[in-house]
Amino acid sequence: MSTSVTTLTGNRGLQVEEKLIFEQDQPGRTAVDLPAVEPYLDRLGGLRRRGAIGLPGLSEPQVVRHYTRLSQKNYGIDTGFYPLGSCTMKHNPRLNEKMARLPGLADIHPFQPESTVQGALKLMHQLAHWLKTLTGMPAVALSPAAGAHGELCGVMAIRAALEARGETRTKVLCPESAHGTNPATAALVGFEVESIPATADGRVDMAALKARLGPDVAAFMVTNPNTCGLFERDIIEISQAVHDAGAYVYMDGANYNAIVGRVRVADLGVDAMHINLHKTFSTPHGGGGPGSGPTVLSAALAPYAPVPYVVEQADGSFHLVEQVLEATASGQQPFGRMKGYHGQFGVFVRALSYMMAMGRDGLFQASGDAVLNANYLLARLSAALSPSFDGPVMHEALFDDRFLKDTGVTTLDFAKAMIDEGFHPMTMYFPLVVHGALLMEPTETESRESLDAFIEAVLGLAERAKAGDAEAFQQAPRLTPRRRLDETAAARRPVLRWTPSVE
Amino acid sequence: MRYLPLTADDRRAMLAAIGVETVEDLFRDLPASARIQDPAAAFDLPDHQGEWEIEQALSALAGQNLSAATAPSFLGAGAYRHHTPASLDYLIQRGEFLTAYTPYQPEVSQGTLQALFEFQTQVAMITGMEVANASMYDGATACAEAAAMACRVTKRKKVLVSGSVHPHFAETTSTFLRYTDCEVEVLSPDVFGLEDLLGRLDDDLACVIVQTPGFFGSLKDYTTLAEAAHEYGALLVVATTEPLSLGLVTSPGEMGADIVVAEGQSLATPPGFGGPGVGLFATRSKYVRQMPGRLCGETVDVDGRRGWVLTLSTREQHIRREKATSNICTNSGLIALAFTIHMTLLGEAGFTGLAELNHARACAAADALGKVKGVRVLSQTFFNEFALSLPKPAEQVVEALAARGILGGVPASRFFPTYPELAEVLLVTVTEMNSDEQVAALVAALTEILA
Repeated sequence: MSTSVTTLTGNRGLQVEEKLIFEQDQPGRTAVDLPAVEPYLDRLGGLRRRGAIGLPGLSEPQVVRHYTRLSQKNYGIDTGFYPLGSCTMKHNPRLNEKMARLPGLADIHPFQPESTVQGALKLMHQLAHWLKTLTGMPAVALSPAAGAHGELCGVMAIRAALEARGETRTKVLCPESAHGTNPATAALVGFEVESIPATADGRVDMAALKARLGPDVAAFMVTNPNTCGLFERDIIEISQAVHDAGAYVYMDGANYNAIVGRVRVADLGVDAMHINLHKTFSTPHGGGGPGSGPTVLSAALAPYAPVPYVVEQADGSFHLVEQVLEATASGQQPFGRMKGYHGQFGVFVRALSYMMAMGRDGLFQASGDAVLNANYLLARLSAALSPSFDGPVMHEALFDDRFLKDTGVTTLDFAKAMIDEGFHPMTMYFPLVVHGALLMEPTETESRESLDAFIEAVLGLAERAKAGDAEAFQQAPRLTPRRRLDETAAARRPVLRWTPSVE
Repeated sequence: MRYLPLTADDRRAMLAAIGVETVEDLFRDLPASARIQDPAAAFDLPDHQGEWEIEQALSALAGQNLSAATAPSFLGAGAYRHHTPASLDYLIQRGEFLTAYTPYQPEVSQGTLQALFEFQTQVAMITGMEVANASMYDGATACAEAAAMACRVTKRKKVLVSGSVHPHFAETTSTFLRYTDCEVEVLSPDVFGLEDLLGRLDDDLACVIVQTPGFFGSLKDYTTLAEAAHEYGALLVVATTEPLSLGLVTSPGEMGADIVVAEGQSLATPPGFGGPGVGLFATRSKYVRQMPGRLCGETVDVDGRRGWVLTLSTREQHIRREKATSNICTNSGLIALAFTIHMTLLGEAGFTGLAELNHARACAAADALGKVKGVRVLSQTFFNEFALSLPKPAEQVVEALAARGILGGVPASRFFPTYPELAEVLLVTVTEMNSDEQVAALVAALTEILA
């Protein structure tokens, strides 16, 4: 194994060790040339900074090399198969990047006169039209910055609607399998959270839900397809029961990719759902954002949508309603403003570029292929691994660690071994409803050859684990820029920044 | 279709391996009454298109906007246009950065993690704070999270927002805390930096939030306010929408701030119609476990080599669920990367030099504009943005300038329509991107419009 190979430098061929920028500092170096400033009278009111900041100086070639080397220590979708469950790591088309960089879309300012940004407002209006048409919902709030922010939008709209009805309801119900953001969001809006158990087939326990519904319940938050990769078959009945109890249905759209074009969520009785443009509509995750989480709203919640929003006027021009007061004058009752400026416009451009590329026919095909790919993984891996629930699944397949019983290999070990085989691991230990979860989401942009290569690797590893070679797993990964990192030490004595050594 | 690799043969073979007849069979859990079989019948939307068709359609929309690429722009009010070096946009588009997820698997994410560690260090340095997180959505949401954090730290319920704070930051903070037991009081817009904050401090206050440079441009020394707030047991939160100012002006940390939040867009990306930006969030080490958002920390691997991981995640939603410090998950990783790359390209000399250049150009422009008949410069102190008083409603003047192909500034009335005394106030920003010729053109056009 290559771990036995040592080099004089610590470098390993194309993997080059890279110091921090602070350790490459040479005072006086810069990668930006500036004109000299003539003497002038400043207007700083005596607040001129004293003393150096301590920022390192590097030249342009050094900076380019630094970040190029860092990039080579990352795994991206461009590198290979990235079956991270619940994250929808699909191909990110470069056309989207090109469109977002058109000067007429990138180099415009949020506070230009409206007459000078009609194209931008029209683009937002068109994106809203696509999202409303696909979901069948009457309204969409574009401004939420990511999925959890969209949840906040939906749950705040629910709270505002309840207040308008003069009701105080204190509880939000979530299934046990919910993403952590759901209970965290509900708590931010002042609700107490209660869990609803699942049935043996991985879905919401209708009897338990119905028994818990009552006049204190504000909303039921349900991810659908759920985090086990299963569609909540009873969703229409669930919505009916929730509405009968005077509460609202928040559908977490993290997994919307599976059902785009296959069903309109309005037809499922949903009151609010966020859409992760950075999952379903192909905009890049960028190592952790930026995302965008437009939230579609039912007629019951639409009046409470936050500012800003775009309206088309009688003369065909577009107007951005930025002030709560203006919205109120036109009969809306916005619960407020969720972020600065007008939303993640650059992400809107990319998502619209993708939707136009796919079209309604392509989006329908994409959800079909995403579900086909996931079921293919499930079918081919079921004999060797332990699937948690029966299929068909939607966009992802959930396995638990029963197949590793008595092997000495854990889910973590198995995931780390996948890395040495050239794959990004699946999601580990989520959802919490099964033991040692391995959640695999292939997406529609993987070829059959790519899936087959992954399947062969997983089957081979499962065989190796069962053959008793736990040691090999516990040593994995061996071929990465760094091997397993000590997360306990990192948390016990946090070092969150570089500091100059004391001389 | 170009993004979909499966062929008809693949699909047939895969369906056979699964043991079903059609793809539709896999959707059998969807309620039959709602299931769509024919998208053409169900949706009034266009079918798929080739690249050039999309380029043409979106270029047509882009063409309906007046871009600063062709029009002189003096716009600010929280979003600023600086030059971004060519290598920056190249580097952030490397696929290994662009197409990676949040770095949950550190062994294959050391690139993102090391860049975040460097980002956190740079943000802490320029704000004069001890620690910074790996980013928030934007400055406004970072401000809201700071208010919530101050309430957690002090176990108090009152937040006071100065009239120097960007109205979107103030509104976002009010909305964010609207359904909690915290109260937010926002003071009237403070054009001249004359509001009395000291007199409003009391024992119930969790924090006071101020901005530097203020929304109307003014610079203020908050040292006394910080000391007084601390005597009352309250925190001082300092916001900024123009982080380049930190290259020239005394940092909030040196003034005694407890939390510093900022919109980092100005150094990371073009204004982009306002998003995505990146929220900067920095504080003192003693409050680190009360911070929202991701944190990257240093550690070692099993071979003893230095490396980085996401850490202190017991604060976060995926572990703590309803008891988390925030619900944030995805943040603004790629824009944080752009910010840190630009800071690295600038370095100490470039960052301080670019700040000096901005201020010098803004001073010269303010002098020139102040000589236009009827125009008064309201800001006694400023960095690269200042407020003008005009003899006419600023909104009309801005429209008239736009008609002449100049994006001349932001009227305060856009944010404060109910304050008639602000109707004639115009915010003007001057950066390194505004040449002497552009400033002269603005002066000439303004002279003509106001004549």
